[in-house]
Amino acid sequence: MDFQHQLIALDTIVTKECTRVLRIWIQTIVPPAITMTLYFIIFGNLIGRRIGEMGGFEYMQFMAPGLIMMSVITNSYGNVVSSFYSAKFQGHLQEMIVAPTANWVIVLGHVAGGVARGLAVGLVVTIVALFFTRLEVQHPFIAISMVILTAFVFSMGGMINAIFAKKFDDVAIIPSFVLGPLTYLGGVFYTISLLPDFWARLSTFNPILYMVNGLRYGMLGVSDISIVRAYVIILIFVVGLFWVCMYLLNRGVGIRE
Amino acid sequence: MHALAIRSLWKTYPNGVEALKGIDLKVEEGDFFALLGPNGAGKTTAIGIVTSLVNKTSGDVKVFGHSIDSELEAAKACIGVVPQELNLNQWDKVFNCVVNQAGFYGIPRREARERTETVLRELQLWDRRGETARNLSGGMKRRLMIARSLVHGPKLLILDEPTAGVDIEIRRSMWDFLQTINRNGTTIILTTHYLEEAENLCRHVAIIDDGVIVEDDRMSAVLRKLHHEVFVLNLRQPVDVAPKLNGFDVERVNEHELEVQIHKDQDLNSLFTALSTAGVEVISMRNKTNRLEELFVRLIERRENERNREKVVEELNL
Repeated sequence: MDFQHQLIALDTIVTKECTRVLRIWIQTIVPPAITMTLYFIIFGNLIGRRIGEMGGFEYMQFMAPGLIMMSVITNSYGNVVSSFYSAKFQGHLQEMIVAPTANWVIVLGHVAGGVARGLAVGLVVTIVALFFTRLEVQHPFIAISMVILTAFVFSMGGMINAIFAKKFDDVAIIPSFVLGPLTYLGGVFYTISLLPDFWARLSTFNPILYMVNGLRYGMLGVSDISIVRAYVIILIFVVGLFWVCMYLLNRGVGIRE
Repeated sequence: MHALAIRSLWKTYPNGVEALKGIDLKVEEGDFFALLGPNGAGKTTAIGIVTSLVNKTSGDVKVFGHSIDSELEAAKACIGVVPQELNLNQWDKVFNCVVNQAGFYGIPRREARERTETVLRELQLWDRRGETARNLSGGMKRRLMIARSLVHGPKLLILDEPTAGVDIEIRRSMWDFLQTINRNGTTIILTTHYLEEAENLCRHVAIIDDGVIVEDDRMSAVLRKLHHEVFVLNLRQPVDVAPKLNGFDVERVNEHELEVQIHKDQDLNSLFTALSTAGVEVISMRNKTNRLEELFVRLIERRENERNREKVVEELNL
């Protein structure tokens, strides 16, 4: 199948994935909006007032980019891991495997679905945030590119999780025990300048720190880390995870006996 | 050119089970080919390797001359597959199930819609196109899987027990449909546990047992290997005991039925002569079992006995 036909296959998978997100919007879009509203009310409004300023901004403003990024991360990951795993579980992933669809198309198609959901939820959370605080975007390109690249990274992470998953429990392990803690410790609610040296240094090994701070820089113009370094690290993850996805699909890990 | 050429195909699963032990198989273009075998014989594994759902351990597979090692996409483009297990996206609409499959083969959306309409109409599913797959009956789901496998116009259609759990009416309509597409040039490989189905539809048969091809010939040639057949005769007048017919083994089933075993060297004319001589009037007759089934059972039993004998010899040697 030539490149043009592969693009048709890609379009088919992307359309299928986006349709799925919209079809089950009550599961995909609404819950994060409610959760983030609660974050803004409890952490931003009630507790935030006592905290005062952080990083030169009122706490609610400081927290907003982190919460947007948190919702992008969990939703892009969750979308691909659930979609790909249920396709595996129900067996209809075979539709793609028996077809001459290239593996890069299968990866990009599912990742595009994850990115689409991540962006949709990110947009909804941004709108929710506007009810609570004033948001300005200092560097629009950086803000948008950070969100898209992060959604890419976690969509591919979700795909790798789904490839290895053998039962539904395996789908929940990484988000609960790895993704959640890393996100909360990734500077969503605080600046790492508040941390003792050791913990601040340890935090720099957390990739989510770079993503959260990258978006914070794009929106507020402040960051705990160098923005160039953030791009380099995120791009390394994009390329590395894409390679891992391709390697696993080419070997047939988790999808072929 | 062969639609499918398999050479020395081995598959050993990670748990050590040898599902295929170097099988060779050739399917002619345009053939209607039955691949038979008991459960766990290796049929689904062989099909899985051809359709790239299972990784092979070693060996060569070519589909219309395209090797699955070096020209996998070209090989896949020739194949349509209906797997044994239902593998539909239960939440997809019937129409979308088929249109999406066309998309995976790189068919543009407009053309995919047209093709989808054609195959759904052929399989009497067009009226159900707006329903989700999970709302279809078992037979409809099977037909939807066939529609999905045909939308890209495959040259080789592989059906892994397509009529399992389907009622007889739908099964027969599926037979008609498959015969039509075979007449129109599609090569078909069929695995089934309904041996009557294989005997009626297929021109060539291969029997696989314990990962080895034990029979591979034209259907007519395979059936000729039956040494005897058992016929059930329905009688006009009741009989108290089985009549003695010279040269035939006769058994009384009930007062109106007899079972007669006929060796392949004997013919039906001599049977009827003997029956007339004995004053037995026959109003109808049928095979006790399907001929292919008879052969299949004997073949598998013989292999099972051989295996048991080898095991005993091994144990005695130890």
